[in-house]
Amino acid sequence: MRHTLSVLVENNSGVLARISALFAARGFNIASLSVNETEEPAISRITIVVKGNESILEQVTKQLNKLVDVIKVTDFKDIGYIERELALIKITAVNKTSRDEIIRVAGVFRARIIDISPDSVIAEISGDESRLSAFMKAILPYGVKETCKTGVSVLCRGNAGKIK
Amino acid sequence: MGKKTGAQILIESLLKENVEVVFGLPGGQALPIFDAIHGSELNFILTRHEQAASHMADGYARSTGKPGVCIVTSGPGATNIVTGLATAYMDSAPMVAISGQVATDVIGQDAFQEADTIGITRPVTKHNFLVKDVKDLARIIKEAFYIATTGRPGPVLVDVPVDVQRSVCEFVYPEKVEIRSYKPNYNGHIGQIKKAAEVINRSERPVFYIGTGVVVSNAQDEILELSKKADIPVTNTLLAVGAYPFDSKLSLGMLGMHGTYCANKCIQSADVIIAVGARFDDRCTGKICDFARKAKIIHIDIDPTAISKIVDVDIPVVGDAKTVLKEMLGLVNTKEHKDWIKTVGVWKEEHPLSYDTNDNKLHPQYVIEKISDLTKGEAIITTEVGQHQMWSAQYYKAKYSRLFLSSGGLGTMGFGYPAAIGAKFGNPNKEVIAIAGDGSFQMNMQEMAVAVLNNIDVKVIILNNQYLGNVRQWQEMFYSKRYSHSCLAKRKECPKWCNTPNRAVCPVYIPDFVKWAESYGVLGIRVTDKKDVELALKKMLETKGSVVIDMWVEIEENIFPMIPAGASLDDMIIRMNG
Repeated sequence: MRHTLSVLVENNSGVLARISALFAARGFNIASLSVNETEEPAISRITIVVKGNESILEQVTKQLNKLVDVIKVTDFKDIGYIERELALIKITAVNKTSRDEIIRVAGVFRARIIDISPDSVIAEISGDESRLSAFMKAILPYGVKETCKTGVSVLCRGNAGKIK
Repeated sequence: MGKKTGAQILIESLLKENVEVVFGLPGGQALPIFDAIHGSELNFILTRHEQAASHMADGYARSTGKPGVCIVTSGPGATNIVTGLATAYMDSAPMVAISGQVATDVIGQDAFQEADTIGITRPVTKHNFLVKDVKDLARIIKEAFYIATTGRPGPVLVDVPVDVQRSVCEFVYPEKVEIRSYKPNYNGHIGQIKKAAEVINRSERPVFYIGTGVVVSNAQDEILELSKKADIPVTNTLLAVGAYPFDSKLSLGMLGMHGTYCANKCIQSADVIIAVGARFDDRCTGKICDFARKAKIIHIDIDPTAISKIVDVDIPVVGDAKTVLKEMLGLVNTKEHKDWIKTVGVWKEEHPLSYDTNDNKLHPQYVIEKISDLTKGEAIITTEVGQHQMWSAQYYKAKYSRLFLSSGGLGTMGFGYPAAIGAKFGNPNKEVIAIAGDGSFQMNMQEMAVAVLNNIDVKVIILNNQYLGNVRQWQEMFYSKRYSHSCLAKRKECPKWCNTPNRAVCPVYIPDFVKWAESYGVLGIRVTDKKDVELALKKMLETKGSVVIDMWVEIEENIFPMIPAGASLDDMIIRMNG
């Protein structure tokens, strides 16, 4: 089961280390992680995608809450939210045929080609996890040379995720 | 208020927190702090090892309920207290540790005696702080004490770079603490408490399983009242020895690996288990899938992470034990469980704790029984870790909580003796006795200098079996008696595979603990015969100042009952050949 947690933390030095150390020490797996300052400079938002069953998720959430620097943990399981991730994918394209095909596939997924080199192109795509992985699957046969993803960004709809 | 240096601010903040005593050892990057101590009224105790300083602070904390404090230097000073922090963290003891650090502008440059103290201590503290600006220091000290002592208590470390110690600023000690991200919840959810009470009211075979949380929240009276009102037997963890009167017919004694037969039988037969401030440690539960299969589990704990971490809980109540139990008292019916209590009585009689009393050998359990009798269970006992620890938990009848101090979670050898010294500083009018194995005692026995120089009257009883006895017991039982490196008397000349220890032929034991004690100007007594035990103990109790008794107990005595690691509570071994 894939869960997206949004963790609001005090923007203190070492807070990311506390969180990643907690995951490592308790044997929880992080699928994706992103850290940003929020509109309030004293607070950072850490978005973590965790894979695990309900009981693992419950422990992760509780353990995060137990950290003194953690202000709020939101599990986007039961509330409406918007999820986005941006990926850059370098795809092998040694001739015009393959380049054209890649550009066509990218068009279908509304990905943008942002660089063309003699033997590769770079596509940029943003969206939720299913969109990104579907594009990845479609583009795989052409030969993926390198990828880089930003990690998931999530905001809930309405007021559910606000600091108390 | 006037300007002060960081070091002065630190010391004055400790005084504002009413810190009675601080344990530690100076060093280069803590010199400004020690200079400030020199001119202050702070009672600072110089230890011989930083690890011992942290255990002293811990022993002080556990015996008084007040936070223990230690101050050490950077690098090795800080790494030496890691064991002490981990020990306190596992057992929820409130502690504030201050470490010196290299100057802020050289942090990260591998400076002399630099260590990433914050990084190293992060997983073994409740929280830690690096003070980068002297203006934050007073607030951080205030927060450190607040975090250490509230909620589920634990150790907090404050790392203070030497330039921050020297920097100057206005000193104002904050009146209040406001940490928006840390708000422990003391009141249990009333709906959950009601649900729990209903389950208890319907139960036929309920059991209380009480742990450190009962001691920390001082909920002994509430447990006693509730157990009597609803006729519920009570078993305690190692750290809750003394929290329930041992002579009550409802008392089952300790549960788990070396718990009593009746406690483990009760857990396995119960229809409701009410866990209070206990964390389902593997030494208590045995094999999880076989643990209390018939029971609904109610779990009262202030730490939400303790709930359903190991055992699935049916009714969790997050809150302070005392507060929740008080609430529960009004909701739980007066009831008798005649059949259940009768069954419990049968189990108690079937296999009480026992050892060979027919021979005239010096059994370690006998020594503990005598200590218990002679002190009327009113002395503070500390233990190290191993066989003597389990015998002490089984046979020392502590009258109240905070009289039995032991490293339960981490199992730290070397804890007991310094913890006893710390406990004595907090309880100058109580008898304090450190019960040790000959192995554990050697891990921090250098602290006798601290006891002697400060007129600290701590008695030491070494149950000397010339082995790391618990290791030897496991080797005897589970490794075909292959005594690999558990014999402390073994010399180069000994046969490599010796498993037939015999004091008559074994090499002379070193150190000679009696002579060793004498070298500190302390009375040392050696007891090798059962008939001399009582006399020696009486002499010890009559003597003012430190005393060391070296008890040459039966070498291959084993702790029973025993549940092998990973086995179910149903698989108790009552005696070796029975």
